[in-house]
Amino acid sequence: MCDLAMFLAEQVKTMNGVEGFMYPNEIGLQWSVLIVLYPFITGLVAGAFILASLERVFRVEAVKPTYRLALLTALSFLIVAPLPLQLHLGHPERSPEMYFTPHSTSAMAMFGYVYLWYLMAVLVLEIWLDYRQDIVLLSRSSKGLLRLVYKVMTLGSDNISPRSLHIDERVGWIVTLIGIPSAFLLHGYVGFIFGSIKANPWWSSPLMPVVFIFSAMVSGIAGVMLIYMAVTKLRKQQIDIRCVDTIAMYLFYIFIIDFSLEMLDLIHRVYEADESFRSLNFMVHTKLYFSHIVVQILLGTVTPLVLLFITQVVKLPEHVRKRMYVTSGCLALIGIFAMRWNVVIGGQLFSKSFLGYTTYKMALVTREGSLVAVGLTILPLFILWALVKLLPPFTQEHATQAATGD
Amino acid sequence: MLAGTPEQAENYKQSDHWWGMLIDVPKCIGCGNCVRACAAENDVPEGYFRTWVERYHVSDENMTNPEVISPDGGKEGFPVAKEDAEKYFFVPKMCNHCADSPCTQVCPVGATFVSPDGVVLIDQKYCLGCAYCVQACPYGCRYIHPEKKVADKCTLCYHRITKGLTTACCESCPTGARQLVDLKNPKDPIHEFLKTHSVQVLKPQMATGAKAFYNGLDGSVR
Repeated sequence: MCDLAMFLAEQVKTMNGVEGFMYPNEIGLQWSVLIVLYPFITGLVAGAFILASLERVFRVEAVKPTYRLALLTALSFLIVAPLPLQLHLGHPERSPEMYFTPHSTSAMAMFGYVYLWYLMAVLVLEIWLDYRQDIVLLSRSSKGLLRLVYKVMTLGSDNISPRSLHIDERVGWIVTLIGIPSAFLLHGYVGFIFGSIKANPWWSSPLMPVVFIFSAMVSGIAGVMLIYMAVTKLRKQQIDIRCVDTIAMYLFYIFIIDFSLEMLDLIHRVYEADESFRSLNFMVHTKLYFSHIVVQILLGTVTPLVLLFITQVVKLPEHVRKRMYVTSGCLALIGIFAMRWNVVIGGQLFSKSFLGYTTYKMALVTREGSLVAVGLTILPLFILWALVKLLPPFTQEHATQAATGD
Repeated sequence: MLAGTPEQAENYKQSDHWWGMLIDVPKCIGCGNCVRACAAENDVPEGYFRTWVERYHVSDENMTNPEVISPDGGKEGFPVAKEDAEKYFFVPKMCNHCADSPCTQVCPVGATFVSPDGVVLIDQKYCLGCAYCVQACPYGCRYIHPEKKVADKCTLCYHRITKGLTTACCESCPTGARQLVDLKNPKDPIHEFLKTHSVQVLKPQMATGAKAFYNGLDGSVR
């Protein structure tokens, strides 16, 4: 009878997708697809901001058409960034405690402050300074409720004299300058949350924050490039090829750094082959093979890198380059999402005993299910659409129209 | 007197104690009494464990890759071992009540903490349920309570030890494989035991200051 119970218990384990031995509390994953989304989204924010700073701080004039769009993209995604975390918490109503009674030794406790700093002190301030003239002009030319909205958005500052605008420009430049390390902090901190967990050898690495920062830049730059091309197409305008050429060039070089760092981490693990290696190696060759080797490395990294390399060394017609950029951008985003997946989910598939593996079963319609994840991925695009309507990023023509009352 | 038997509750002073657990591996017979007693005492949800027992089967050829089982946490005992004369032994597991606990370090609101008498506890009215502590525990001792949605783990039966009782697992162990110990009590037999035995902690490389001391721990134990 006892043996039958044992047999049944083992069968249940197999049905639960467990192979080998897991500590009994490890069988279910604690962090779901929503925690995969969180670093993916914050990465897009940080990367989009870095792209914007290319024009503002480093005077890369070619990417100017994407400057405002990049800022609005960063804001749209940043607004959504805390939502997956909130949905994941067992007690989301207690999350304000992270602000009121933060635990000084916890990396996660810093989240609230880093987030607020980046949202309010960097992104919103920079957008407001850059748009202030437009907001004032729109508050004069709009009617009804919209007029009131723009009035409120001026925050009572409606002086658009050349001297005042010059001050906006100088302050905006300083804010962007502060924003670059802040963007690094925002995403580097996310990497640190994983990299500082010594209990988990798949995560524990001082390279993790650096890898997260560079992969963030890859995803943000690719994301803004795609959004710029899509929006320009929708507006039936000509895509500024010099702009996308320049973005693609930066994407290529940053992608190389990102890939080199990831390979360095991988080679280091393989060569060092510590006590966890056998377990992790088995996982990469089985449960993570498709998402890690196929999707992340081959499809999401090597393929776009080869395509981007070709665009850098071969003189191709404009329409071919555009297609290659779109393909590379999409693949890069897929690759970075896979990287986040492999870090978050992969890090929970093996036992800390290094003797077994479990399986992640993603639910469809639950609080942490795939439908919610898809919704949260799309939500920033709706927010971006609303922001673009409210604060048109292609402002030169709009501001002129507003000023002349057309 | 059992090791670490605390004095009566009215005299209980947290700063006078520094609790830990002695686990005498050769004495464990894998009966699962401790797992059942813990579950009953602490209302542990089905499928989760504040303590569990693992059975190791180590072959001579592959000492670093043991075969380990813990069906239902060892609650109902274990299947009959193969008669191959190789090494079999049981290892009870539980929260190590680490002095430098990684779970306490990472908690974003300080809901989990080390009490002045050395027990890692969770304020369940304060815990966010973020599961960061579950990820940070190297021993797999924590879980998110499926109904309360907060982190949960062994409390070293804090409600008992502060009232002069020993833990449920120690009380139910028929062989004395588990002993509650008080490192601050000079009369505690643990001091003599530590002097005369080769005692280890799990995963010493994690430098967690673990206070679950294992006597006769095999090198293959993870």
